[in-house]
Amino acid sequence: MSDVIRLDVMKTYKLFVGGKFPRSESGRVYEVSDSKGQWLANAPLGTRKDTRDAVLAARAAVKGWAGTTAYNRGQVLYRIAEMLQGRREQFAAEVAAAEGIGAKKAATLVDQAIDRWVWYAGWTDKVAQIAGGANPVAGPYFNLSVPEPTGVVGIVAPQAGYGHSFLGLVSVIAPVIATGNTAVVAVAADAPLPALSLGEVLATSDLPGGVVNLLSGRTADIAPTLASHQDVNALDLAGAIAHEGPGAATVLEASAADTLKRVLWPAVDPAAQDWTVAPGTERLLSFVETKTVWHPMGQ
Amino acid sequence: MAKNKKTETTTVTEPVRTSGLFAYAPAPESPAAAGDIAGSYGHFIGGEFVDSSGSEALKTVNPATEQVLAEFAQGTDEDVDRAVKAARKAFGDWSALPGSERGKYLYRIARIIQERSRELAVLESIDNGKPIRETRDFDLPTVAAHFFYYAGWADKLDYAGFGRNPQPLGVAAQVIPWNFPLMMLAWKIAPALATGNTVVLKPAETTPLTALRFAEICQQAGLPKGVVNIVTGDGRTGAALTSHPEVNKVAFTGSTNVGRSIARQLAGSRKKLSLELGGKAANIVFDDAPIDQAVEGIVNGIFFNQGHVCCAGSRLLVQESVHDEVLDALKRRMATLRVGDPLDKNTDIGAVNSAAQLARITELTDAGEAEGAERWSPSCELPSAGYWFAPTLFTGVTQANLVAREEIFGPVLSVLTFRTPTEAVEKANNTPYGLSAGIWTEKGSRILWMANQLKAGVVWANTFNKFDPTSPFGGYKESGYGREGGRHGLEAYLDV
Amino acid sequence: MSTVAANAPGAAGGGLSDVAASEASLRRFLHGLPGVDAVGLEARAATLGTRSIKTSAKAYAIDLAISMIDLTTLEGADTVGKVRALCAKGRHPDPGDPGTPQVAAICVYPDMVATAKAALAGTPIQVASVATAFPAGRAALPVKLADTADAVAAGADEIDMVIDRGAFLSGRYMDVFAEIVAVKQACLRADGTSAHLKVIFETGELQTYDNVRRASWLAMLAGADFIKTSTGKVAVNATPPVTLLMLEAVRDFRAQTGVQIGVKPAGGIKTTKDAMKYLVMVNETLGDDWLSGHWFRFGASSLLNDLLMQRQKLTTGRYSGPDYVTVD
Repeated sequence: MSDVIRLDVMKTYKLFVGGKFPRSESGRVYEVSDSKGQWLANAPLGTRKDTRDAVLAARAAVKGWAGTTAYNRGQVLYRIAEMLQGRREQFAAEVAAAEGIGAKKAATLVDQAIDRWVWYAGWTDKVAQIAGGANPVAGPYFNLSVPEPTGVVGIVAPQAGYGHSFLGLVSVIAPVIATGNTAVVAVAADAPLPALSLGEVLATSDLPGGVVNLLSGRTADIAPTLASHQDVNALDLAGAIAHEGPGAATVLEASAADTLKRVLWPAVDPAAQDWTVAPGTERLLSFVETKTVWHPMGQ
Repeated sequence: MAKNKKTETTTVTEPVRTSGLFAYAPAPESPAAAGDIAGSYGHFIGGEFVDSSGSEALKTVNPATEQVLAEFAQGTDEDVDRAVKAARKAFGDWSALPGSERGKYLYRIARIIQERSRELAVLESIDNGKPIRETRDFDLPTVAAHFFYYAGWADKLDYAGFGRNPQPLGVAAQVIPWNFPLMMLAWKIAPALATGNTVVLKPAETTPLTALRFAEICQQAGLPKGVVNIVTGDGRTGAALTSHPEVNKVAFTGSTNVGRSIARQLAGSRKKLSLELGGKAANIVFDDAPIDQAVEGIVNGIFFNQGHVCCAGSRLLVQESVHDEVLDALKRRMATLRVGDPLDKNTDIGAVNSAAQLARITELTDAGEAEGAERWSPSCELPSAGYWFAPTLFTGVTQANLVAREEIFGPVLSVLTFRTPTEAVEKANNTPYGLSAGIWTEKGSRILWMANQLKAGVVWANTFNKFDPTSPFGGYKESGYGREGGRHGLEAYLDV
Repeated sequence: MSTVAANAPGAAGGGLSDVAASEASLRRFLHGLPGVDAVGLEARAATLGTRSIKTSAKAYAIDLAISMIDLTTLEGADTVGKVRALCAKGRHPDPGDPGTPQVAAICVYPDMVATAKAALAGTPIQVASVATAFPAGRAALPVKLADTADAVAAGADEIDMVIDRGAFLSGRYMDVFAEIVAVKQACLRADGTSAHLKVIFETGELQTYDNVRRASWLAMLAGADFIKTSTGKVAVNATPPVTLLMLEAVRDFRAQTGVQIGVKPAGGIKTTKDAMKYLVMVNETLGDDWLSGHWFRFGASSLLNDLLMQRQKLTTGRYSGPDYVTVD
């Protein structure tokens, strides 16, 4: 008997919204190809409606996630790192295909993404210790400032540049959720597969549903919906193109101004951004509100 | 039945009877869960378990049964020297590791502690005498959390407020007490390693077992050899370690007298020293306090861990107007405390750690009685074998009484009264110690005013004996110096 | 005939007789009660929840819990058949084991009281009826009193009334007090005896622990024989901390007045493990005096079957399943 050639089982990629894996409400997909134009998979074409659903899920998750202890949030982020470590090869392959780079480089990028989760896991219970503190006001008052999460953050994930498809993605999501925000993410439109697979990791890492929502599709549909949405509190425009045009950073920022969203600008040349550089605290501190409490002191 | 009130005459002060109808059957944790305890232990030096250079061995006993659990080595000067050299050798590579990689070792340790927490909880309970309920629900979760917290600092030291690129000190000599063996180890080792130091740690001579088990965890985590070294022994070993010329840092938790002698010994050496010593905390209850919760806080403040707590609320300062009410409620509550087998999941108060400690508690309480303070304990049956002391209350105590001044380090509460906030502050501060204090009142501004006035390193308001890795802990005055925990805890191990 | 001691409005001793003399004095008293620190209360309840009840203690506690159940059906869909079936279940909770204790009471809507009474004839099982426009309590006082009188006339041994949470939360304590007094009056039977009055606070709506403590004292002063947490009809029902707080209230009330009041947590207590936690709280807060169905009740429906399955486990050594207990 001759050897039977075994056929691989291919994966249907899905969105990640509210802890579940829906297809797009549009019922549509788009073709995702590698750097040589070879078809890799179909990705769901997330729509404006999918975006609004994701914002609802993110809003519903804020109370629980912001209310959990910083210690528990750190445990969850570290758990994500543990889960990713176990699926390192899968992600390395997806990143290599997505970005057209060698397997070794791709694996290094995944390693760095894992370490980035660990970096932010350690920040959850320390951010208040560097960004908050007692204020020595001139009077008989106890005065304390503490950072609190902003709420729902819309993220335009990096769309281009070395490491954007996964390390870049992790580098923008982790700091947002570390402080207790929830996120709706427009993932890299042309290289969405590592991001959609990340949803599977997040779903098995004790992260409550809705804390991170991942949407593939046209950035020009998703990003403006986030920018104009009244129930989104802040925007990270990491992957928005800086120049003019629909979905450009300037347009999105102007739209966000209607509800005075906090906006983190993209790099001057987003495609040239090096995501392998150790992050500081900029992204972490961009999505917190400082709350100051006064209380009298007296017998 | 008539609609009129049934004329019942119930005595007001009658204590709750809990041993009657609903008596809890024994619910013992299995001693086997502690894992294998070896017949005898050597030290952990350079990543290996090694024999002592000397032949003297000490015994550690289960204080609840007086049975010998294991023998362990009395560390000699030579053992200590060997451990310090191993730590020195490891220091170069360890301190040169990127912080993120050092952090990952600590995360591993934290995770393994979480995984093995039941084993460690049972072992701690057996070796120390403290109830399994506490080791399970308090000690072990706190230990894991402490490693987890400092793991995160390892690659963030630039942000800790001590300037850019703060440097480790080198080899840290660490001597810890027996009251929270594994937790004290975590408080010492986690920040030291996160900042890039290597350590030689000496556990207390009555509770060495969890530290030796921790050495196995270091091996499982793949921690480089020599980063953590554990040398066992009594005070002689401790003295050899703290006075070793090649250590760069000394950290000690224990009695004020030993701390004083270490400070004297290190004078002129320019070695960084942190000391966490004794206490005689005031737990201050105002008349507007949430009484039921205050009573819980008083009980937790002094009877937690058999009162073997340096920050124990051993002086109850109660406002005169609610003295009787609080005392009635306190006695009623004390009558429900369950003293006995530490491995029984329903035990509230376990065994006193050692015969020596029991003798000291007995001596001080007898002296208190002789001075005229009124002594009260609920009726409770104490096991025949082992070291036991019933929860005890002294009323009619004044500032001058021995039981109001000396740290008893046992389940003994002295009750004093006050009339005004100012008087409460004066009495609370009227001690050479200054580790902790408690305030019970519903009035927020008074809490903050009191906190401002109290000379104590930790002030708890409407709670007591709360600890968290993020929260600095340490004393004023003769309670020591330096802080453990939180961002502040890094300073003790950095050259800043 | 109940053996539960009756409390009488305004008859409280211990210097409390003038408390309800005026709206102002009642408010001063209730607001003068010691505050409740929420974190501390919850921590204490959680610690008691870690007690490990095994073997003989568990067997005792399971039987005790069964004998404390107010087996309840309070549905719009209730029928005579359903109530009869429930009564049969209360009489013989485990048909396979006649040694199983009977429940304390069957709790129904007023129109089902007569049915329950008949079905329970000859047993010591009480018939409890909810009343006063249960569960919302939003009806005029005469309607509430008629509701109560109707249930009593139909033979109810116990009345579970709801307080007017709107009045309580807006600070009209005297209205609440007067209403309890009036309902207590409506519990009177022609022969001079009286149905026992349980007063439901709907603690999930009172929200704060301070409110629960005030409501407890208010109800006890007004003549409640039992204080009860919840209707079982809102999102948050009985919780261990709320119940612990109420236990402390009846403890303090007896210490001050000599009158003993019962406590009934209701809603959300579904498992043997839950029930054990409540019994531990009773045991360590109040002691033997409250450890009977006369002084402590569980308002529950599904709890009984879990207790029965655990009881079977203890008897047979095998884990039971839902097919081995009856569904009524």
